[in-house]
Amino acid sequence: MSSSSTVLPPPTERYAVLRWLKQNLLGSWRDVVLTLLGIYIVVNIVVPVVRWVLTEANWAVVTTNMRLLMVGQYPIEQVWRIWACVLLLALLIGLSWGLWISKSIGDTGGRSRLVGIILLLVPPLFALFPNGIESLPMLLSVSVLGLIGYLAATVLTTQQSLLKRLTTLGWIVYIPICYVLIRGLGDLLPVVSSNLWGGLLLTLLLTAVGIVLSFPLGVLLALGRRSQLPVIKWFCIAYIEVIRGVPLITVLFMAQLVLPLFLPQSIEIDRVVRAMAGITLFSAAYLAENVRGGLQNIPRGQYEAAEALGLNAVQKMTLIILPQALRIIVPILVGQFISLFKDTSLVTIVSLLDLLGIANTVLAQPNFIGTQREVYFFIGVIYWLISYTISALGKRLELRQQMSAI
Amino acid sequence: MHEINTNSTNTPPIISCRDVHKWYGEFHALRGVNLDVKKGEVVVIMGPSGSGKSTFIRTINRLEVHQRGDIVVDGIELTHDVRNIEKIRSEVGMVFQSFNLFPHLTVMENITLAPVWVRKWKKEKAEEVATELLQRVHIPEQAQKYPGQLSGGQQQRVAIARALAMQPKVMLFDEPTSALDPEMIKEVLEAMSDLAESGMTMICVTHEMGFARNVAHRVGFFDQGNIVEIGPPDQIFRNPEQARTKQFLAQILH
Repeated sequence: MSSSSTVLPPPTERYAVLRWLKQNLLGSWRDVVLTLLGIYIVVNIVVPVVRWVLTEANWAVVTTNMRLLMVGQYPIEQVWRIWACVLLLALLIGLSWGLWISKSIGDTGGRSRLVGIILLLVPPLFALFPNGIESLPMLLSVSVLGLIGYLAATVLTTQQSLLKRLTTLGWIVYIPICYVLIRGLGDLLPVVSSNLWGGLLLTLLLTAVGIVLSFPLGVLLALGRRSQLPVIKWFCIAYIEVIRGVPLITVLFMAQLVLPLFLPQSIEIDRVVRAMAGITLFSAAYLAENVRGGLQNIPRGQYEAAEALGLNAVQKMTLIILPQALRIIVPILVGQFISLFKDTSLVTIVSLLDLLGIANTVLAQPNFIGTQREVYFFIGVIYWLISYTISALGKRLELRQQMSAI
Repeated sequence: MHEINTNSTNTPPIISCRDVHKWYGEFHALRGVNLDVKKGEVVVIMGPSGSGKSTFIRTINRLEVHQRGDIVVDGIELTHDVRNIEKIRSEVGMVFQSFNLFPHLTVMENITLAPVWVRKWKKEKAEEVATELLQRVHIPEQAQKYPGQLSGGQQQRVAIARALAMQPKVMLFDEPTSALDPEMIKEVLEAMSDLAESGMTMICVTHEMGFARNVAHRVGFFDQGNIVEIGPPDQIFRNPEQARTKQFLAQILH
């Protein structure tokens, strides 16, 4: 016998929040125990940290030294050049966001727009906090340029391929342009000696150059290792095994001390360039092995199909094999590049003041003795933010290739 | 089944294999194979697995290297000279058992890749030819899809279109339907029959007897590294001369 009155499901089924709580936190006895443990951890670790950050910490050490931490001893009157690099970066990111990221397959548009809006708001918000740099107009310009880039990419629907080509070109020349801007050029732009470069500027520069230069070198080494010609093959194997056998510090020392011996006395290379060389050569060896792993996963049939169509060796590699091999190893590459980024902190050993090096000098200042927690917390957050960005970009790349390929 | 132009009996065969030998280490895979294929002829090669039939057709476009004997394709001799090899490969198209489409490219890009990069055609011309070929194999609407989104039969037809885009003089088929579900075999065989009708020179390694009977000009039985017997399909299927041929046919015709 059925009555006509409606019978409602229990409250945990009716309300999404309650249902989530029940399923994820209170589903079984084990879940209840873990939930209680989690709450205990949060209350005893996270809350004191947050309280410390907001009330007890002496952030003056960070704010008074913000410029040092960001750009080292770069002369104040030339800092506008670094701002120029940041503005250019904002424009390129805005364009790329509009051209590629927000048009991703499988993306509902809403979520990437939300992330984009948050990103746009960060620079001005940063300016609102007391941060030791008079920078509100610059930071606002950063956001504005980013927005302009994004709008240009989404509004100009007819010139998409032109914009894509321009943006790709922009990214390709971005690092050389930045290098010239930061370094200076003869009479046009006063040269700022690289001893003065430091802080986050130096870290990012070393990372960017390291990634961009070690990538082609690593690919060439991986291909060379598979070569039929014994000289090339054994050279590549020797290079990879020797470099992988020593720590990065050793390579950096060698680069600092040995590189000048190879060149005539008159040419002096920058200490920063020597560090870049060391990082590049080191990373290339690991990259070569990662690429080799990717290459091994390509079925023989792909090579045969390419050969049967008449493609020569170069065409076969660049059009068919490498695109597939590189797509497979994106997660590994992301991990390697994050490691590279953090390994740049080792250049303090060769007396270059990157973000970590500057942090240590700041800590040596007499009026800020004992402020390790604040300083390391701050640079820790910066390292984490950038590492996470690289990781998120990698995940984006993985999603794209999952949808389009196999 | 179309007739080959009998006036061409005096022209040299488009493929000429003389005494082709190949060893894999100690194992003698090809034992002095002789075969001449005339322009426009369809030759089907069948035989037990391990007999060397796939190895043989793969020596024709140098996917396998023969150690003794001569292979001449369209007047070009197949030697270690890379230029000869590349010239021959652009005249010989191949369709594989496992399709081997490029998964990171769309169907259209798969087909236009070789003509653009090897024959140096303009992209528009290559796309025109590609669209025409897709229509010939009855899948024009799949042009922007990726191989992973197609069925096996569709993928193999794209593979046929991709090989045809280079406008080869000869098409090699290495068990093109062996990896397909039964309901998709027919569409691929139809595409191959259409191709044969249009006068393409074809060498097919296949187990499809119906195709061999209806479309082939000659059927060759391959066993233990050599052609045991070759002749028109009627002759091979109805009156095989060699004992091994009879044995093989008895096993597969049931």
